[in-house]
Amino acid sequence: MVTALVASRVSPGRVGAVIGRNVGALRSGPSYWIVLVSGFFEPLLYLLSIGVGVGALVGDLTVDGRTMPYAAFVAPAMLAVSAMSGALAETTFNFFFKLKYMKTFEAVLATPVRPIEIAVGELVWAIVRGSLYTGIFLVVMVAMGLTEPGWALAAFPATVLVGLAFGGLGMAVSTLMRGWQDFDLMGTGQFALFLFSGTFSPVRDYPAAVEVLVQVTPLYHAVELVRGLCLGVPGWGLLGHAAYLVALAGVGVWFASRRLTRVLCD
Amino acid sequence: MSLGVHPTVAVLERHLTLYRRLWQASVFSSFVLPVLFLLSIGIGVGGYVGKVQGVEYPSFIAPGVLASTAFQIAVGESTYSVLGDFKWVRAYHAMRATPVGPADMVRGHLLYLVLRVTIAVVAFLTVVLFFGGLHSPWALVTPLVCAVLTVSVAAPVTAFAATIEHDSYFSLLFRFVVIPSTLFAGVFFPLEQLTAVLRPLAYASPLWHAVELCRAATLGTAPAWPVVVHAGYLLAWAVVGFFLAVRAFRRRLED
Repeated sequence: MVTALVASRVSPGRVGAVIGRNVGALRSGPSYWIVLVSGFFEPLLYLLSIGVGVGALVGDLTVDGRTMPYAAFVAPAMLAVSAMSGALAETTFNFFFKLKYMKTFEAVLATPVRPIEIAVGELVWAIVRGSLYTGIFLVVMVAMGLTEPGWALAAFPATVLVGLAFGGLGMAVSTLMRGWQDFDLMGTGQFALFLFSGTFSPVRDYPAAVEVLVQVTPLYHAVELVRGLCLGVPGWGLLGHAAYLVALAGVGVWFASRRLTRVLCD
Repeated sequence: MSLGVHPTVAVLERHLTLYRRLWQASVFSSFVLPVLFLLSIGIGVGGYVGKVQGVEYPSFIAPGVLASTAFQIAVGESTYSVLGDFKWVRAYHAMRATPVGPADMVRGHLLYLVLRVTIAVVAFLTVVLFFGGLHSPWALVTPLVCAVLTVSVAAPVTAFAATIEHDSYFSLLFRFVVIPSTLFAGVFFPLEQLTAVLRPLAYASPLWHAVELCRAATLGTAPAWPVVVHAGYLLAWAVVGFFLAVRAFRRRLED
């Protein structure tokens, strides 16, 4: 249904124009692109502090019968977090600002571009930003010996999918935001996902009820998918995680474009 | 402002009046997040760590998370809101039209932050107490340590916020100063594990000194350096930062 909806109404040229506007905004000055580039360092610092620093206290970790250094366990999770935060930064803070304060989208709608094309264009741009982070992060992981180059190549498209899913989710959430205060709530939610999605310790350790709760949330699936690939243990289960992320992306874009139509066109 | 109230108290009152409308959001950042951190890293990862410096891992990181919460509130509340009160809200310009002077503005702001931090610290300590993370009656001095830490980081950051024109510097401050400080100032692992090249960076950060004092207090052990040195370092930041902030306020309000 979502695919049919997208195929019938979306023009690549008009989506390209939305992306082009974002590329043009990079020229507005260093304040935008320095913030954009520096976003890469956050997960890297966590990897060095918790993965390597605390990892020295932990030693090796055995999960599902496989033994690995703690840093190798944490690194793929930070990679997934990197994809998530890159996509969310673009589709929440920037998207909300353009929607509510800069009235960018109202200006865009004065052209032949439609709401769904704005949603798709913004999403593609968010994925470009997220993929920039994950690409460099994978290079760092290979350099630190935390994954094999071949598996890093396999993990890259998975991080793109993670960006797609969180980008869709971010846009959907942004269209519901009332003001900046809501970002505190969102930030707390994002941080809770970051801490409890099997990122720093296996979800098996949690009480059963918490484990089930975690398995419903999106970052868990992102981490499991990316970790399976980075550690070189592909299994059919990874397809389930990927399907969850595809569905999240689809629902997010569909919901966001519907809300945009209502907010901007009525 | 009623007659007879000290101008500094009037500034504090203004911050508290505003906070009454915004406190809900801060409950998450100043209380829920540190508790979640303690659960995820302290208990989750701690299960694999075992003992550090003779204590269970959650007991080891609890004082660190405590100090870094104070650190983050102090920095966070001295960035956008200070610049905003100069640039967008122009509250400081409004105050300037009253008997409130630049030093009152800075003092009122810092007092408000100390109050905010103390509430968060006491709430967090209560949680740690129930988790069995407090091992010494000296834990009672941690709110004081956190109050000093608050002033020693909030004052220089306030000076910085009062000097700049564009808020994107704050993102850089968070990414390259606040987050690295939190991650490498002995909160999660002992400093000896850090390579010798990086250790001086931790020594330079006020947070490390507060973490040492808080940890010594909750565990009833001696800190890495003499208490006087740790405390003196924090106080030096507080005093220098205060004067820088007052100077920055005075200059910005001149035009």
